[in-house]
Order: sequence, then C-alpha cells, then structure tokens
Amino acid sequence: MPVSIRDIPREEYLVSGHRLCPGCGAGIIMRHLVKAAGKNTIMVVATGCLEVSTTYYPHTAWKIPWIHVAFENAASAASGIEAAIKALKRKGIIDPKKDIKVIAVGGDGGTFDIGFQALSGMLERGHDVLYLVYDNEAYMNTGIQRSGSTPLGAWTTTTPIGKKWRLGEWRPKYRKEMLFVAMAHNIPYYATVNPAYITDMYNKFKKALSIKGPKLIHAFSPCIPGWRMREDLTIQVGRMAVLTGVWVNLEYENGVVRVTTPVPKRKPVKEYLKLQGRFRHLTDEDIALIQKAVDEYVARINKIVGKEVIGPVES
Amino acid sequence: MSSSKMPGWKSLPIGAAIINPPTSLEYKTGTWRTFRPVIDQEKCVRCRLCWAYCPDGAVMELEKEYVTKSGRKYSITYEINYEYCKGCGVCARECPVKAITMVEEGG
Repeated sequence: MPVSIRDIPREEYLVSGHRLCPGCGAGIIMRHLVKAAGKNTIMVVATGCLEVSTTYYPHTAWKIPWIHVAFENAASAASGIEAAIKALKRKGIIDPKKDIKVIAVGGDGGTFDIGFQALSGMLERGHDVLYLVYDNEAYMNTGIQRSGSTPLGAWTTTTPIGKKWRLGEWRPKYRKEMLFVAMAHNIPYYATVNPAYITDMYNKFKKALSIKGPKLIHAFSPCIPGWRMREDLTIQVGRMAVLTGVWVNLEYENGVVRVTTPVPKRKPVKEYLKLQGRFRHLTDEDIALIQKAVDEYVARINKIVGKEVIGPVES
Repeated sequence: MSSSKMPGWKSLPIGAAIINPPTSLEYKTGTWRTFRPVIDQEKCVRCRLCWAYCPDGAVMELEKEYVTKSGRKYSITYEINYEYCKGCGVCARECPVKAITMVEEGG
C-alpha cells in the first residue's frame, strides 16, 4: 500500500523546540519515523546527537514514552522492553491485543562500532523491534571523530589531512555495508532510507513496522557542522548521494534485494563531493580513486539484484 | 533560571523522569535564526514539501481557506511558525515553485 506525501499524518510526536542543528537530517527522519509508528510506541535511544538535543532536561521533545540508554546497549534495552511487554501480555496485565511498537535508535557510532554486538544479538534472537540507525558518517555529537561508516577521503578530527594523508590510506574500502550485516543475520526486513525521498522513506517505515521480527533500517542523515556544508543543502546532498550512486535506496525482504530508487544514468561522484567541505582537500586523482570505489560498490549492488538498476556514469 | 527557582529533589519525580511531555515547546528556537523564510501565498501550490522537509516541524499546515488573485481556491494554507523556525532555509531551497524567500532578520 504505497502512500503519497498527502497521506502522511499531520500529528507530530517529535515536536518543535528540540536543539538539533538548523537543517539537521536526523530531525526530518525522526519526525517521519514517529509519525509512521503512532502513539503506541516506546522509543529507546542510544547516546548521540538525537538524544542530547531532543531531551535537554527538563525539556523533552517527544510525546511518546522514551528511554535513554548508553551507546552500546540500545538494542539490548529494546530487546528487554519487548520481552517485558510479551510477559505482561501473557499475565494479562496489558491487553494482549494491544499493538505496542518498540523502536531503537542509534547513530552510526552507536551502531556500526560500539553497539554492534548488542545489535547483532538482538537481530539473532529475533526480537520484534525496529532498529533505526541514522548515519551521519562520524561521531558528530562528540566532535567529528571517524566511525565505521566514515567514507573514503572524508576529513574528520581523527583523520586529519596533511601532505602524506590525503585520502585516508588507513582505510582501503568505502564503508561498512549494513546490507550484508542484515543478510548475514537473515532478518525479515532491512531497508536504506534517505530524507530526500520522503514518501519512499515513509513507506519503508510503515512496511517495517507492519512486519513481525527484528527489522533494521539504515538512514542517510546529512550533518551540517560535520560535513562542513551550508544549512539549506541537507536535502540537496541527500538527493545527490542517490543520483551519484554513493547511496542506494534499497530494501531486503524475504531474501530478495530490491532497489526502490533506480538510477539509469549516474552523475559523477564529484557532484556529491563538491557540496561538502569535508572533501575540499581532494585532488582530481583522489576523486578518481573515490569514483572507482563507488563504481565497485554499485557493481556489487547490481550483482546482488541481478540486473543493472544503477546505471553507468553519464559522460 | 536562578537557583532559588530550581525544584528540590523532594519535588522531582522518581528518576527525574519528565511526566508532562512535550516540554521542549517552552524553549523558543526561533531566536537562533538569522534569515527568516517568508511564504508567498500567491505562488504556493500546496505541494506539502516544505512541511515534510522541515527538521523542526516549524511549517504549520492550517485548515484555512485561501483564494489567489487568479481565483484559485485552496482549502489549506502553509505558514511558518516563527517561534521555532531556526532559519535553515531547506524549505526555500526545496520549494518547487520558489514561493519561499529568505529575508534577513532585523534588516
């Protein structure tokens, strides 16, 4: 049941007054996530930008039950909450027919690196939880340190740029790929979402929440201070990431990978890089190397899907 | 907030949980703004994109009728909530008909 932008409910569960940066991508993602989930939802949020800026004591921007846990255990706490709800339903303390959704949210640091073990456990035990990772490609809350999802060539405070280190030779590949993590755990649903594609994102949230079992959603979340870009470029950068093949909107369901935003002709990756100050130091040779890494990633996705959904670079 | 107005530990709920959400509405993020988005209601085609793309939920969707000069009637109107708009400008950039302009504050 794909919905259009008109069908997104007006009711807000993440209200104004939160302290996320102007133009933050996570704000857009979270607003639509809680709209899709509705009011019978328990949020478990790991430490990160979203946690510190939406619940600035004594203020909270959430209208739904919300709990903050440490970096490493958002998935574990969500598993426990889901198990507790099951037990309370069995004992008849909560109406067994009541549909209560549990959503865990972590940043890329709290998911790709620190919380990876807990996430793996949650996926493997099969808890009925939706785990959403909003990926701003570094530890932005603590001051832009590199994480497991920092792309090739990006500047961060722990990967400084000098004469010798230009591309980040510490890291040969593009980034850790969550799709293969999801496939390895054989979970019922995995999707990547991008705030520039609102209806696609909302549909995936709705679909994920209707499926029973562990679900993982990987969201592209542009970061204004960390990516060194203008405040109004959030959506532009998100769209450009899809059009250049850096980011692929896809979903993995019942063992089948489907690309939801096919790109017949890709733009050169330079179009995406030039919008962001964190890639300012790159020379044409460096960009050629990044282009090669993106080509390899796209070829890998095309191979899994079985046809050319992401086309060649337009000349 | 001065220290004399701060609540003591006895009056706080257990675990200092916030029991009357959402309290963040007390904090007006509109003071962060340097540029103010202004919607031209004549040009606006009610596509809902600014409302969807706003990270702060500061674009209000109101059940307010509006008739343009050319006679087109709309049943909803989009307005900016200046109490919370941080002035990022995403709405102005993404508006497909360029109905939103960014105006400098205090200028």
